[in-house]
Amino acid sequence: MALQLTNRRKVVSNKEQSFSERLYLPGILKGMLITGSHIFKKSVTIRYPEQTRPVAPVYRGQHVLKRDENGAERCTACGMCAVACPAEAITMENAERKKGEEHLYREEKYASKYEINMLRCIFCGLCEEACPKEAIFLTDRIVDAEYERDDFVYGKDKLVEKIEKRIDVSKRQTIEVSEFKKVPGTKHNTLYDGKAIGKGKH
Amino acid sequence: MKVTIDGIEIDVPKGTTILQAARMIGPEVAPPTMCYYSKLKTSGGYCRTCIVKVTQGSTANPNPMPKPVASCRTEVMDGMVVQNITSPEILEARKGVVEFLLINHPLDCPVCDQAGECKLQDLGYEHGSAKTRYEFKRREYDMIDIGDKIKLHMTRCILCYRCVKTCEQITDGRVHGVVHRGDAAEISTYIQQAVSNDFSGNVIDVCPVGALTDKTFRFKQRVWFTKPVDAHRKCDKCSGKVRLWFKGEEVLRVTARKDQWDEVEEFICNSCRFDHKKKTDWIIEGPSKISRQSVISQNHYENLNELKLQVLKQQKALGFIEFDKRP
Repeated sequence: MALQLTNRRKVVSNKEQSFSERLYLPGILKGMLITGSHIFKKSVTIRYPEQTRPVAPVYRGQHVLKRDENGAERCTACGMCAVACPAEAITMENAERKKGEEHLYREEKYASKYEINMLRCIFCGLCEEACPKEAIFLTDRIVDAEYERDDFVYGKDKLVEKIEKRIDVSKRQTIEVSEFKKVPGTKHNTLYDGKAIGKGKH
Repeated sequence: MKVTIDGIEIDVPKGTTILQAARMIGPEVAPPTMCYYSKLKTSGGYCRTCIVKVTQGSTANPNPMPKPVASCRTEVMDGMVVQNITSPEILEARKGVVEFLLINHPLDCPVCDQAGECKLQDLGYEHGSAKTRYEFKRREYDMIDIGDKIKLHMTRCILCYRCVKTCEQITDGRVHGVVHRGDAAEISTYIQQAVSNDFSGNVIDVCPVGALTDKTFRFKQRVWFTKPVDAHRKCDKCSGKVRLWFKGEEVLRVTARKDQWDEVEEFICNSCRFDHKKKTDWIIEGPSKISRQSVISQNHYENLNELKLQVLKQQKALGFIEFDKRP
C-alpha cells in the first residue's frame, strides 16, 4: 500500500450512473442553485486598489529610503544592507558629497545609485535591521504590479521618500526597537564562556 | 629554548620574542597586534594590544612577571610559561586597551574605506564592548593630502607609527613623521609636503585603520563588493606581485598581497599601485585566498567544498555528527 498522508482519502468508484444522474439536467440545476445563491451573500473580494485590507503596523512591504529632519538623505552607502540581504536584491554605487550638497546628503559619502530588485526581494527586513544609519525601512505599502520585469528594479527615484511627502515609520521605530539596537548582549557580544562582554561591572 | 604558550610547548631560537613564538604555534594563540609589523624594524611596543601574562619567567627564575608584558618587545627565556587567551586577566586588560584605542577613534565605519579589512574593527569586535563610556568630544583634524594619491585622515589615526617606519626603512629620505607630543601627537608632513617616493604608497597597506587611504579608490566601492585576485607583472622597481580588486571587469584598486597576519608579503611600487589599473596590464594567477571569517568572502561561493568541509569539522568537534560516516 502506498504511503498515506491524510485520512481524508476518498476511494473513487466507477459505478454505473442512476437514471436521474443520466438525465443530466437535475445535476446542472443543483449546481446552478448553489452558484446563484452566492449573489445574495457578502462578497469576499475587495476592490483593490480603491479599497485596501488592514495590515499590521509592522507589515514588511515596499522599502523607503528615509531623509533626516533637514531633508538630507540618511543613506551613506555603507553596504551593510546588501551584505545582509539573503536574496542579494540590493546593489549600490557610492559617490563623494561635493561642497554645497550638505542639504542633500547627510554624510560625506552617499549612494549615487541604489537599486532593489523587488522580484528578488523576499521582504525579510534584514536590510532594515542591518542599517546603522536608520536609513532604510520597510513600509506597509504594497509593491505595484508591472508589465515588464525591468520595472521591478526600483531605483532611488522610487525608493527615496519625497521631501513634501514623508513616509511615517514611527511605528517601526518604537523605543523598544531603538533600545534593542543599542543593547549589548546580542549574540556577537558573547564570545568567552557565553559571558556577555560589554556588560562589565564598571 | 623551550617556551610554553597557552599550554602549548614550542622550541624557538634565542632572541625570538613571545609574539613571534606564538605566531609559530598558530593564529589561535597569537596575540592581536596593531603596531607591530614583522617586516619593519623597531616597530611594536606602542599599542599594547599584544600584552600577555608571564606566569613563569624562566627555569632559572620561576617567578611570574609582576605585570602584563608587551609580547612583541619581550624576548623568550628558556622555560618561560606564557598565558594569552587562557588568562581572563589578559582578556580584561586587552578590553581596556581596545577601549583606550577607540577613545578618539570616530565611529564612521559606514563611511570609511578601510571597513571590512580594518584591524581595529576586528579587534573591537572580538575584544571590545559594543558601547562607549567616553562622553567628551573626540579630537578632530582636517584631512590632509599626502601627494595626489594618498589621503591622511588624522582623526582615525591610532598612532601606531607603522607608516613612519615604512617611510624610514622602505623609502629613502623620510618627509613625514609624528609631530607634537602626547594627546596632541599627529602624523604629518612638514607643511603638507608631498611624499613623492616610489614606494610611498605602501603606507596605505601598513596602516591598520583607515587613516591613510588610497585616493584613487576613495569611496569607489565597499571592500566586500570587490573581488580580490592575485596577479603579477614585470616591474623593474618592485617584485610586481600584487592583489587586484575587481568589480566586474574593472580593476578598482591594486594593493600588495597580505599574509595571514595581515602583513604585506612584498612591498610594491607606486607605479604598480596607482598607474596600472587595466586588466591587460596584469597576468592573473587566480582568486586570492580570503579567510572565511572575513566579510570580504561574503557571497563568494568559489570555495564551497572547502567551506562544507570546515563546517563538518566544526560539527564533529562539537559532537553533532560522526564525521567519518558522512559521504
